[in-house]
Amino acid sequence: MDINLMRSVITVVLFVAFIGIVVWAWGKGRRADFDAAARLPLDDDLAEREIARNGRVQQ
Amino acid sequence: MQAQSTYNYTVVRQFAIMTVVWGIVGMLVGVLIAAQLIWPDLNLAPWLSYGRLRPLHTNAVIFAFGGSALFATSYYVVQRTCHARLFGGGLAAFTFWGWQAVIVLAAVTLPLGYTSSKEYAELEWPIDILITLVWVSYAVVFFGTVAKRKTPHIYVANWFFGAFILTVAVLHLVNSAAIPVSLTKSYSAYAGVQDAMVQWWYGHNAVGFFLTAGFLGMMYYFIPKQAGRPVYSYRLSVVHFWALIFTYMWAGPHHLHYTALPDWAQSIGMIFSLVLLAPSWGGMINGIMTLSGAWHKLRTDPILKFLVVSLSFYGMSTFEGPMMSIKTVNALSHYTDWTIGHVHSGALGWVGMVTIGSLYYLIPRLFGRTEMHSIKLVTLHFWVATIGIVLYIAAMWIAGVMQGLMWRAVNPDGTLTYAFVESVKATYPYYAVRLLGGVLYFSGMLIMAWNVYKTVVGQKAVDAQIPAAAGAHA
Repeated sequence: MDINLMRSVITVVLFVAFIGIVVWAWGKGRRADFDAAARLPLDDDLAEREIARNGRVQQ
Repeated sequence: MQAQSTYNYTVVRQFAIMTVVWGIVGMLVGVLIAAQLIWPDLNLAPWLSYGRLRPLHTNAVIFAFGGSALFATSYYVVQRTCHARLFGGGLAAFTFWGWQAVIVLAAVTLPLGYTSSKEYAELEWPIDILITLVWVSYAVVFFGTVAKRKTPHIYVANWFFGAFILTVAVLHLVNSAAIPVSLTKSYSAYAGVQDAMVQWWYGHNAVGFFLTAGFLGMMYYFIPKQAGRPVYSYRLSVVHFWALIFTYMWAGPHHLHYTALPDWAQSIGMIFSLVLLAPSWGGMINGIMTLSGAWHKLRTDPILKFLVVSLSFYGMSTFEGPMMSIKTVNALSHYTDWTIGHVHSGALGWVGMVTIGSLYYLIPRLFGRTEMHSIKLVTLHFWVATIGIVLYIAAMWIAGVMQGLMWRAVNPDGTLTYAFVESVKATYPYYAVRLLGGVLYFSGMLIMAWNVYKTVVGQKAVDAQIPAAAGAHA
C-alpha cells in the first residue's frame, strides 16, 4: 500500500474512532457509571469524615 | 501496617512547597528581564544578560513552578481518587530530588550560556538524560498507582494527568535527540526546516500537554472539590479529553507561518488550531458550569475565585490562540509583543491562577488544617494577581498591534514608513505598564509565600488515611 494512502486511512480511522467515542459517551448505559465516577473526588472526603468519627469506614 | 494505610503525602508536600519557591524565583527573573527591556543598562554582566536570563525565566516558570505544581497535584489526586498509596515510595522520592536537580542544573547552566538553542528545550544533553530518567520514574509511579487502585473507575483528572505524562515523554525524547560533541555542547539530530517543524511540534504540544492537559487534570479535581459538587457533565469531560488528544498534535505548524515550511503544512496547522477552539471551550464550560447552583460561593470564597477566573483566562487565550493562528492575522501578530501578551494570558491567567487556587486548597490539608492561615490574604493575592495580569496583557496587546502596524506601514513610493528602532521607542510606555503588571503578580506570590509559611510553621505533617484499607483492616 502507498504510504500516503496509508496516512489518509489512519486519519479516517481515527476520526471514526472519535465519533465512536462520542456516541459511546452519550449512550444511555453510561449514565450510572459516569455518575459514580463523577462522585469520586467528593466521596473521598465522606470516607475521611467517617474514619474520623468511627475509626473506620462502614462496609 | 500504619504506613500501608495512609497516603504518601511526603512527596506531595515537598513538591507543593517548592512550587511556591520556584514560582517566586521564576517570576523574579521575569520581572528583571521586563525591566531590562526598559533599562538596557541592567544587563550588568554576561550571565545577567537578557539573552541568557530569558530562557532561565521560561524554564523556571514552566518546568520548575508549573512542573512542581503538576507533580504535587497529580500525586495527590491519583492517590485520593484511586484510594491507593502512591506506588514506589523510593521512586517517588527520586522524582522529587531528580526534578530539583534538573532545576538547579538549569539555573546554573543557562546563565553560563550553555544552551541547545531550542526554545523551551534549551538544556544540554546530560541534563536531558536526567530529565528522561525522572520522567520515566514519574510514569512508573503514576501509572503504578492507577494500576493498584481500589476504585472501579479511573477518574477523568487522572486521564488528563496520564496523557500529560505520556505525551511529554514522547515530545522530550524526539525533540531532544542530538549528537553530543562534548559534555556541554550538542547539535540537533535534525536539520533545517525539519528541525524547525520538530521543534514546534514539541513546542506547541508542550503548551498543549504540559501547560494544558496537566492543568486540566487539576481543574477537574480541585473545582468540584472546592465547589462541593461533581463536575457539570462527566460525559462532556470524556469527549473533551479525546477531542483534545486527537487535535492538539497537529497545531504546531502555526508557529512557522510564512517560513520555509511547506504551505500545506502551515494550512493544516492553522485548521487544527481553529478546530481546537471546540474542545478547549467544551472543557472551560464544563469547569465553569460545575458551579451552577453554587454561584453565591464565588462571592465569598477566594479559592473558587482563583479557579473560576483561571478558566476565564483559559477561555480567552484559547479563543485568542486559534485567531492568531489564522495566517492573515498571524501576518500582523507574529514576532510582535502580542504573542507575549497571548502567552502570559495563558501562563499567568490560566496556569498560574489554577495552580495558586489548587495550592491554597492543598497546602493546609497536607499539614492537618482545613484552610489557609489567612483567607483575607488569599483574597488580597487574588486581586493583586488579577490586576497584574490585566495590566500585563492589555499593555502587550496594544504594543503588539502597534508594532505589527508600524512594521508593515509603507510610503506611497514603497519604502518603509518606520525604522525598526522607532517601533522600539514607541513600545517603551507599554513595557513600563507590563513591568508594573509583572511586579504586581510577583508581589502576589510573596503574599502567598508568607501565608503558606504561617499556615505550615509549627504544624505537624499529616498523612490522611486511605478509606478502603482502613475498612479492610477493621
